[in-house]
Amino acid sequence: MTSSTTRPTRRLLLLAATCAALPVGIHASEKKLVLTGSSTVAPLAAEIGKRFEKLNPGTQIDVQTGGSSRGVNDARVGLSDIGLVSRDLKSEELQQLQAFTIAYDGICMIAHKSNPITTLTKQQIVDIYTGRVTNWKEVGGIDRKITVVNKAEGRSTLELFLHHFGLANSQIKAQVVVGDNEQDIKTVIGNVGALAYVSIGTAEFDVEQGLPIKLLPMDGVNATTTNVKNRSFPLTRVLNLVTKGQPSGLSKQFIDYARSESVHDLVKDQYFVPLASAK
Amino acid sequence: MISSKTSTLYLSPPRSDLWLALSLRLLAASGIALLAIIVWCLLAEAWNVLVGVGVWHFLTDASWHPTEGTFGLAPMAVASIASAAGSVLVAGPIGIGCAVFCKYYCSPMWSGAFRQLLALFAGIPSVVFGFWGLVTLVPLIADNNPPGASLLAGTLVLAMMILPTVALTSHAALASVPNSFLSAGHALGLRRGTIVLKVALVAARSGILAGIIMALGRALGETMAMLMVSGNIVQVPSSVFDSVRSLAANIALEMAYATGTHRSALYACGIALIVVVAVSTLIADRLTAGGRPRG
Repeated sequence: MTSSTTRPTRRLLLLAATCAALPVGIHASEKKLVLTGSSTVAPLAAEIGKRFEKLNPGTQIDVQTGGSSRGVNDARVGLSDIGLVSRDLKSEELQQLQAFTIAYDGICMIAHKSNPITTLTKQQIVDIYTGRVTNWKEVGGIDRKITVVNKAEGRSTLELFLHHFGLANSQIKAQVVVGDNEQDIKTVIGNVGALAYVSIGTAEFDVEQGLPIKLLPMDGVNATTTNVKNRSFPLTRVLNLVTKGQPSGLSKQFIDYARSESVHDLVKDQYFVPLASAK
Repeated sequence: MISSKTSTLYLSPPRSDLWLALSLRLLAASGIALLAIIVWCLLAEAWNVLVGVGVWHFLTDASWHPTEGTFGLAPMAVASIASAAGSVLVAGPIGIGCAVFCKYYCSPMWSGAFRQLLALFAGIPSVVFGFWGLVTLVPLIADNNPPGASLLAGTLVLAMMILPTVALTSHAALASVPNSFLSAGHALGLRRGTIVLKVALVAARSGILAGIIMALGRALGETMAMLMVSGNIVQVPSSVFDSVRSLAANIALEMAYATGTHRSALYACGIALIVVVAVSTLIADRLTAGGRPRG
């Protein structure tokens, strides 16, 4: 398998997310920033952090994954300086926390490349995920059982998906539950009848790597980073840095840098959509 | 310090052994203390839900949706037990077969190489087994019985993982059978097959069974491989092709993203896992006690 230079970092971080599940004691100092949270934002934050460390000798940016929920929680109780959250903050969270968007991401449905299906309507997706439709031929495909792939509880991708389709997780009748995007993609590669949802950036990257998956359009809009960029794709999300109250000192410096044009190349490397061009 | 038992081992140690005896006691105590601390921590973390939600809900709730307030652990306990028991059924005979072949039917040179290979096999990290299962075994099953990620895939991967444990412990047990037993068999004019089946395996059964119980414990606690190949749907499987989630996989899958009650519920899940391992080991121990010399 070929890979760009940023990719191994990302894989390592995802792996770390699984291994380093328990938060360890973190002490924030003036020269060190601790960032924890979403495994979607973490690889990008780590890349920005590396460049930030180079530009500001003596500083240290420590990035740990654990999900958006952890990002919110750690920032709120002071376990981290900055939380990484891959969704909009909820109203009760906004009372304590400030969010700073650094990029956008989209979520799309993926199927195996050899699956002849070209598109699914919103209703069809709901029917499939709630178990009313269990065979591809019922939605215009081949005669094959659909393997519904869902995300584990607590993942922001799951929350966004449920919210968009107006579902509760208990309504979903899945055949496979996975943790992260790469597992979704491996499941789809190994099963011609599988249907899953993943981050568009990840899926687009893997298609370029030649993996046999295809991205399904949603509401007639193609699942491309371009359509996330112009926000025409229905299922998009924001990648946020969150702080408790107004950021100051090194936190402020880092957030300003992460929102500046000088990191747009890093954002694009991760197949996310940079801030300025999204406006 | 003199106990009522007659064995001299129970007497107070002589002066020269005092330090050794003391440090051994300390080491033994620290082993127990570690286990106690772990259980205590689990209980402390899970206390909120055990009291707030109630143990009954964990046993009887129909589903596991901790963020929606249902906490049914029973299907995951069933999945853990089914996959571990299945893997022992698959790996047990093969492992014992490997050991018998290695000890009695193979030249010493090949036997050594074979055991080296088994030791290497035993050292492969579970994530590698899981990865292999995900990209090879699961697609194979999916072609015939979708979704592929299933109890069957989990059981087979677990069986592969515990196979070297069973084979190596069985081999060690066979190796400790006194040569005089085998010589006596030869002297009686028994065939090699009869000596192996009726003498060696019978004499080594206690060690072999101990190895199998150890393998069962490992299978029950195996996390990463099960997480990758068994599909992780919380349900009581109706066939081996159904996707299941084991207790250990549940913790690994959700812990990183869990907060509040959900997090506490996962600690409760950890307690449930310890209970399942303890009970299964006890039952297995009891079942096999009949075939074992006492003491």
